Amino acid sequence: MSHVRSIPLLSKTLRSRFHRGARCWKLGQCRYQSSTSGAFQTRYDDDQDDVVSSFGQNGAFPNSIPEPNLDALPGPKTSMNLFTAINKTLDTALSTDPSAIVFGQDVAFGGVFRCTIGLREKYGAHRVFNTPLTEVGIAGMAIGYASTESTAIGEIQFADYIFPAFDQITNEMAKFRYRSGNQWNCGGCVLRMPCGAVGHGGHYHSQSPEGFLAGCHGIVVVMPRGPKSAKGLLLSSVRSKDPVIFLEPKSLYRAAIEDVPDAEYEIPLGKAEILHEGTDVTVVGWGAQLRTLAKACHIAQNKYGISTELIDLRTILPWDVQTIEKSVKKTGKLIISHEAPITCGFGAEVVATMQERCFLSLEAPIKRICGYDTPFPLVFEKHYLPDEYKNLEAILDVVEYSK
Amino acid sequence: MISLARSTLNASRRMAASATATASPQFQLASRSMSSEATFDLTGSFETHKLETAPNNEITMSKEELIGHFKLMYTMRRMEITCDNEYKARNIRGFCHLYDGQEAVATGIQAAFSPDDSWITSYRCHCIALARGGTVATVLAELFGNSGGMTKGKGGSMHFYSKENNFFGGQGIVGAQVPVGAGLAFANKYNAKPGEDMNVAIGCYGDGAANQGQIWESANMASLWKLPMIFCIENNQYGMGTSIDRHSSHSDYYKMGNHIPGIRIDGMNVLAVKEGMRFVKDFCGKGNGPMYVEMMTYRYHGHSMSDPGTTYRNREEIAMTRSTRDPLEFVKKTMIDAGFADADEIKAMEKEIRKEVQKEVLKAKEFPLPAPESLFDYVYAKDLVAENQEMPNHIRMPNYEKSFWAS
Repeated sequence: MSHVRSIPLLSKTLRSRFHRGARCWKLGQCRYQSSTSGAFQTRYDDDQDDVVSSFGQNGAFPNSIPEPNLDALPGPKTSMNLFTAINKTLDTALSTDPSAIVFGQDVAFGGVFRCTIGLREKYGAHRVFNTPLTEVGIAGMAIGYASTESTAIGEIQFADYIFPAFDQITNEMAKFRYRSGNQWNCGGCVLRMPCGAVGHGGHYHSQSPEGFLAGCHGIVVVMPRGPKSAKGLLLSSVRSKDPVIFLEPKSLYRAAIEDVPDAEYEIPLGKAEILHEGTDVTVVGWGAQLRTLAKACHIAQNKYGISTELIDLRTILPWDVQTIEKSVKKTGKLIISHEAPITCGFGAEVVATMQERCFLSLEAPIKRICGYDTPFPLVFEKHYLPDEYKNLEAILDVVEYSK
Repeated sequence: MISLARSTLNASRRMAASATATASPQFQLASRSMSSEATFDLTGSFETHKLETAPNNEITMSKEELIGHFKLMYTMRRMEITCDNEYKARNIRGFCHLYDGQEAVATGIQAAFSPDDSWITSYRCHCIALARGGTVATVLAELFGNSGGMTKGKGGSMHFYSKENNFFGGQGIVGAQVPVGAGLAFANKYNAKPGEDMNVAIGCYGDGAANQGQIWESANMASLWKLPMIFCIENNQYGMGTSIDRHSSHSDYYKMGNHIPGIRIDGMNVLAVKEGMRFVKDFCGKGNGPMYVEMMTYRYHGHSMSDPGTTYRNREEIAMTRSTRDPLEFVKKTMIDAGFADADEIKAMEKEIRKEVQKEVLKAKEFPLPAPESLFDYVYAKDLVAENQEMPNHIRMPNYEKSFWAS
């Protein structure tokens, strides 16, 4: 159980060099850009015939839109952080869809994370308005409004507050289309909420509920990793014909800054993205954890010469089994990392599926580097989080095991 | 035992004493004209709370309309009795919550509403599905689990929906339909044309659900934003197995709101329900905000088919209600006294409806079972998980004659 071991492996100098204290870390400076198509080194050619999994030829959502090439979009790019990207996307959603409404606690003045700044002034109080403190009411109302072929973009102030609304999500939102035999659907419903660790959130402002939500089949659970992916994912979530829970890593609202294209674009739901290709270890994460994993992969490459393949899952439910499977069959080693506690976190689902599909390709047991099985702590947060050292250690472990 | 007897006796006394629930339906034929129309007196059918206006004390109804109401109610009654028999014959499995005794509520609301008003209700929804444009065949086919059912056999008893009739079903979780109903009311307000009355949304739920937290949440939002939402409590005196005295510290449900007005309607009198709902629809549609509507009604069966319905209430109470307050008997008496039909004509109508329902049942049984692959249909907008899941050979569909292992 590597996640309970202490982390004395790296020398103090190394640790101070790669200290994760940087507040204004620019994702755009990360040297690992999103991958475009290209040949990759297959290590195990005899597994090629099995690569296309039964999810269908085009990935998790057979009808999904194509992956946009952000560098090829016309028009300028603007450097912006996550909350500005989300704000601009909500602006686009409200302007292109007259039925769209944005509501939640305190969204009128701009929201506690400023994601809805300026929208009420622009679109009016009948479209951007505050709700009382009622998560069940917000979720239920969003479902009801969306079931009339309208777009309801609800905001839950923190993902930790989603739990009273769980009944509405599981029993109403997820089952709406199914139980009515496709007569009704609430596809126009998006519930946005900030999730994840923020440094000082404690028990009730730091949780990542994607694991719980992954059991509600019928909804789509999405988590972007930065401004560029947030814009595309939020727009396709708003326009999706399925209800979406959109989890926004709150630590990235200000800290993640990227050059976002001004043009409109939608990123397909249900598809993972390979951030950089590699041959030795597959590393999978989502949301803010990608930043940590990128650091670990960077050290692994530069200090140890290990070539990692870093994958952003992007959509937790339904998840892109095919991409991960293809990668694991290539590298033979897999590490999954998420902030949520390890037991019954979403990493467990990935592990179970991958060992079933890629058993003979695996060269080492699959490792999960996650939060501990405790409530999210306050003062112990740094110790609790799966930081880049724990992940680096896992990478080194699996490579060592496979030798 | 003593406390049970006392509480049921109190329930009976309360119903008898309540001005809106008279021991024998009193009405006076206010006037009768030769042109097959009559005016009926509704004094005592309504009680209001924080309202300055009230429904009219009389209603004029034509012969065709009243006969239509009777036929619909009788069809509902026969359908529910058929469901009872089919359940006992093990053709219907699972959960089955019957509505007989409460037919006047569904019929009256449908009579007062337009097709553009949204209706969402709880699991006790067979008759409301029928009122909202369903047919006995599709309702029963759904209960049998056939592909000809209202939701293609996917939902069963608790999940009837109809898009063309603006019927949002059919919810299994007690009270969960009410915030969704608030969303429907919001949509009606948002899409309302200026200068016209808004379409309303009605969320029906029971006395047991009335104390759910999410109802208070929805009521607050509806009142805050003046949504055209009708909170309709079908008070049949029992929340599953617990009488209202024992599960509600305050059982005058129409008085639940402080800022939100309320009205109590005699739910066994379809004429009162229609007039009351006409008033409520007018009130809410004009932007005065939501209203609590309490329908005083009764269910003859237990909560569901697994509940005999006699462990928590007296058989005498059920018999007394059947003999003195039955909504069907009331309509029959009304028609006879108004000269719309005589006893023989009514008997003929009943016979015809019984035959019709039997025919529909046979029709419902003829539909094929849904294909096993349809298990995966409509989870998402485009089916995508079917290929990823394996269906074992021994999957059991509702045809229990098939053996456990398909050979």
